[in-house]
Amino acid sequence: MSLLVWIEQAQGSAVPSCWEVLGQGRKLADALKTPLVALVMGEETEATAAAAAQYGADTVLTLTSPLLARYRLTAYAAGLRQAIQEADATVILTSATQNGRELCAAVACELDAGLAPDVVDLRVEEGQLVATRSIYSNNILVDVTFTTPRQFASVRPRSFPMPEAADAASAEIRELPLSLDEEQIPEKILEVAQTDGGEISLTDARIIVSGGRGVAADPARGFQLVAELAQVLGGAVGASRAAVDAGYIPYKHQVGQTGKTVRPDLYIAAGISGAIQHLAGMGGSKIIVAINKDPDAPIFSRAHYGIVGDLFEVLPALTAEFKKRLGQQK
Amino acid sequence: MKIAVLIKQTPDTAELPKVSADEVRTGDVKAAMVINPWDEFAAEEAVRLDERFGAETVAITLGGPEATDALKHALAMGVAGAKRIDDSQLPDGDIWLTATLLAAAVQAEGEVDLVLTGKQSVDENSGSVHVGVAQKLGYPLLTNVVEIQEVEGGQVRAVRLVDGARETVQVPLPAVISVGKEINEPRYPSFMGIRKASRAQIPTLTPEELGVAVPDSHVRWDRIRKPEERKTQVQIFDGATVEEKAAKLVDALLAEKVI
Ligand SMILES: Cc1cc2nc3c(=O)[nH]c(=O)nc-3n(C[C@H](O)[C@H](O)[C@H](O)COP(=O)(O)OP(=O)(O)OC[C@H]3O[C@@H](n4cnc5c(N)ncnc54)[C@H](O)[C@@H]3O)c2cc1C
Repeated sequence: MSLLVWIEQAQGSAVPSCWEVLGQGRKLADALKTPLVALVMGEETEATAAAAAQYGADTVLTLTSPLLARYRLTAYAAGLRQAIQEADATVILTSATQNGRELCAAVACELDAGLAPDVVDLRVEEGQLVATRSIYSNNILVDVTFTTPRQFASVRPRSFPMPEAADAASAEIRELPLSLDEEQIPEKILEVAQTDGGEISLTDARIIVSGGRGVAADPARGFQLVAELAQVLGGAVGASRAAVDAGYIPYKHQVGQTGKTVRPDLYIAAGISGAIQHLAGMGGSKIIVAINKDPDAPIFSRAHYGIVGDLFEVLPALTAEFKKRLGQQK
Repeated sequence: MKIAVLIKQTPDTAELPKVSADEVRTGDVKAAMVINPWDEFAAEEAVRLDERFGAETVAITLGGPEATDALKHALAMGVAGAKRIDDSQLPDGDIWLTATLLAAAVQAEGEVDLVLTGKQSVDENSGSVHVGVAQKLGYPLLTNVVEIQEVEGGQVRAVRLVDGARETVQVPLPAVISVGKEINEPRYPSFMGIRKASRAQIPTLTPEELGVAVPDSHVRWDRIRKPEERKTQVQIFDGATVEEKAAKLVDALLAEKVI
């Protein structure tokens, strides 16, 4: 028996939210008295495997092959199945990234096992795994328990704290041969166009500064001010659907029910009214700050801190102030 | 070419906050119901593929009699046919049971080339049903597709949006594709379309007719509840100048240790 966590790689390095899952996996494995196994797949796996050991895995399994250079469901599902068998894993966890959700579901279905997708909490109660899902756009919570011996869950990014990496680690790292060849993989990737170089992904971001239709007077400058504040804070840029629909910024920045669900430590909403569909995507943020001209904007009823004012004045003032303070600290 | 579109009836997104734990527990949600917004993109794409390449299109849902309305919406948009799998005798929604039934209904259509669906439902938002459908059918799966470039020679070539990149991928048909919202702009049903749809007779299938034995559920749902209200009292920072307000906010955020 074991508890297995897939450590996803993107552009050659580990996706940060996978460490959150591995950190919680450590606690669950201890409670279940079972070893913690990390799985790393890719064209290169060495650095991520070493990091997985530092983040607390007892064993790290690697599958290293050019066939795994980019995520393809068929190839990755075959690799995950091999690892599950090798580690005799009964609990299998992934981060609920786009790929993590899909891979977790595909292999759970193949093995006819119970699945809890996109969970926000995962714990052991009376020796049983209990997963909490947040559904109906975060308006309903439900505890999921499993009736199958194998149990799969994908964990929404930022549901658990980032674990501390140990300086030295003594996990066993074991390479598995991928028993699959190119002919058996139906997905042929013909072309890859990189869309964002080095931008922080919204789902992993600990700080997000978002802009809404409030930038309408000068959208380009508005989002430039949003981006400048985000940059000073080391955060990502988000947006409301109104801003996306108006063409101020691409869809990949959209936060909300039909955009991304985010859970940063700090969410700054500038010129965003706070419609329920927007709240659905960012309501789980730890601290919410609203900047809005209208003191009655609904966002203020969900925010912790607010400034009533024009974002074209408030954002530059905040950026300047943070520069001053953060500069002093470092 | 034959295309099956999988759709679900869900509460209107603006109504989601009003849904009570009891309604979810009993499965009797009283909110205004619509076609799942994500599935509208799939229905639209089916109609467009028909316009481009000529296709036989059918919308399939799993739900009670009221879910017929979601199918009629798809019909009014221009999808040619519709089928409903009746779920009234089924235990609470199990993802793999849902996937098994939808896959069986697709198979019952004969030679389907493409199965299209939205990326998730706005109510249970598992984003897993179409993954299960692909597994049960044994078809390749492409998720978050934002452009279907070509369907020919037994292959489909499509562009997927993945974190940080647009990938052009080719898979052999038949295949399952979930679409993202950038793929199209769903049309409003025309008056004629609505009239035609309102008169449509929609066949109902039962699990028995589809030859699916209802298995034990793979998971149990307990303690269905509303999340605790976040009692946040917003603190608004005042000041003579915007700089002063900003300084107060920065103080507060540094004290919260979120930066
Ligand atoms: C099915 C469905 C799905 C949806 N999904 C999403 C989603 O995923 N994400 C999402 O965000 N929305 C979504 N929406 C849309 C949502 O209902 C709102 O329309 C949208 O969030 C509004 O965006 P906004 O707050 O930027 O714009 P508005 O509602 O127009 O608000 C703009 C705000 O900016 C303020 N403002 C104006 N000028 C300034 C200034 N100079 N300085 C400071 N403040 C200023 C105004 O007071 C106002 O509060 C969805 C809607 C539907 C029907």
